[in-house]
Amino acid sequence: MAGLEDLYREIIIDHYRSPRNRGELDTPPATRTEGFNPLCGDEIVVYLQLGEGTGDERVIEDIRIGGQGCSISQSSASMMSMSVKGKTIAEARDIMRSFKAMMSIHESSLDDSVEEPEIEVDEMKLGELEAMRGVVKFPVRIKCATLSWNTLDQGISEALA
Amino acid sequence: MNTGTDTPGTLADPIDSTRIKADFPLLSTTRAGTGHDRLITYLDSAATAQKPQAVIDALTNYYETTNANVARGVYELAEASTNAMEAARRKVAKFINAPAANEVIFTKNATESLNLVARSWGGTNLGPGDAVVLTQLEHHANIVPWQILQAEKGFEIRWIPVDANGHLDLTDLDRFLDGAKVVGLSAMSNVLGTLTPMRRIADAAHAAGAVVTVDACQYVPHLPTDVVEMGADFVSFSAHKMCGPTGVGVMWGKAELLDAMPPFLGGGGMIENVTQEGFKPAELPHKFEAGTPPIAEAVGLGVAVDYLSALGMDAVREHEVRLTSYTLRTLADRFGDKLTIHGPSEPAERGGVFSLELADVHPHDLSQVLDEHGVCVRAGHHCAKPLMKVLGVGATARASVYIYNDESDVDALADSLEAAASFFSF
Repeated sequence: MAGLEDLYREIIIDHYRSPRNRGELDTPPATRTEGFNPLCGDEIVVYLQLGEGTGDERVIEDIRIGGQGCSISQSSASMMSMSVKGKTIAEARDIMRSFKAMMSIHESSLDDSVEEPEIEVDEMKLGELEAMRGVVKFPVRIKCATLSWNTLDQGISEALA
Repeated sequence: MNTGTDTPGTLADPIDSTRIKADFPLLSTTRAGTGHDRLITYLDSAATAQKPQAVIDALTNYYETTNANVARGVYELAEASTNAMEAARRKVAKFINAPAANEVIFTKNATESLNLVARSWGGTNLGPGDAVVLTQLEHHANIVPWQILQAEKGFEIRWIPVDANGHLDLTDLDRFLDGAKVVGLSAMSNVLGTLTPMRRIADAAHAAGAVVTVDACQYVPHLPTDVVEMGADFVSFSAHKMCGPTGVGVMWGKAELLDAMPPFLGGGGMIENVTQEGFKPAELPHKFEAGTPPIAEAVGLGVAVDYLSALGMDAVREHEVRLTSYTLRTLADRFGDKLTIHGPSEPAERGGVFSLELADVHPHDLSQVLDEHGVCVRAGHHCAKPLMKVLGVGATARASVYIYNDESDVDALADSLEAAASFFSF
């Protein structure tokens, strides 16, 4: 049985108390994307400022996070902002994929009895984000952890459009 | 309107919750918890109530002895099934003092009931220049159906505000009602517990020429209900919040209004005749019950009504006023300013729904720690996001009590809140 300490790791609480890259960016040139968790009311706003270039080679020059929510959603957003700032879109997508794999997100698994497919989690890419691994043991909270990442995903699409 | 006594503590509690709890298998059986088996502390009855053995047995018994489709076959079993469902309808009618049983429409839940009113009455009677008056207390189920219709019909939606104590601010009621055709009103807030002055609003609405549709989901399970005394035109509620099964709701409406309204859903059961040219709807209540209704669930609701009636709804209200009083006092004593309880402070003006904010601990995190202690509360916006915005919060942790709860449950809540405060001792 998973205990609260598995969920509320010290580093998560630290990011919750002192969120990094909190604030806003001027739009334009930055883009602003909102994400909602309709179940619990958590809201995340992701501001993205991309560098020059084309497509996935563009660099996330700056990122700011707004919104409100629980410790898991807010700390996940804070860690996310640190992990993708200065990275290219392609690199950010890699990290996103690894994070979602760690969260055991497998689309369209209809049969409860089927073994979950093993998706490789690239721990090198995750770094500090590893601390979020305990969330998987609390399935209702996975949506809290992934809210900011889904919002980033949407924000990247909007920024590239 | 009888909203219960405001002098709790002078007589013995008319409800023996320890005895009641024994009627509810889920509450009287240990479950696997953190490290050991335990009884849970269920404080989420505003979301759904637990079911007494009698209701659970009624479902099984119906399927084992009476199952057949209703209002169709001529064989004896089909007649028995029809009779069982119609007996449940009469029980519900009596429970809410409806003038006639055929004014009680079975739906799949209160949300469908409220959509039925918006779509059928509103869709027929509303247009540009009209106004629908709602309150800031409303659940999404009494907001979104009107917003969907608004996009089509182009009427105005006005909002009766909530004051700092969680009551409706009726200062500008006359101005809100000027030109209004509908008033949508929660009888009791699912977030704040506020009991609203239904009769006063209904009388003013009728004087202004508006119909009144009441969301009574949190009211019917907890207080004696008299739809005539309420003064409403439509009253919606769900079975599962009053110890009945999920899958069945009720929409009561005045017969003369229901008769003039078009059907909501079309299909079998709701017609008197169908030709290639068109159809003629059935009489009430079948006109609004297209398709096979939730028969077993309606029968189960009838048994839930029996269960609550045997306790007596005055006694239920008295018990909850006492428990509300105890909860407000206990939490204030133990947490002081560290804990905010939204909503009215007078037990006589509210139901047993407590939206809590513990300093610096997000409601979602709070309910996670409470779960660790076997305490079940709801965290989130409670399907009332406009109200959350008025309160200036994104979410609250909501504890709610019912007939099977007593002081020990409130004490368990307080203990687990203390554990949460210490775990997140920022």
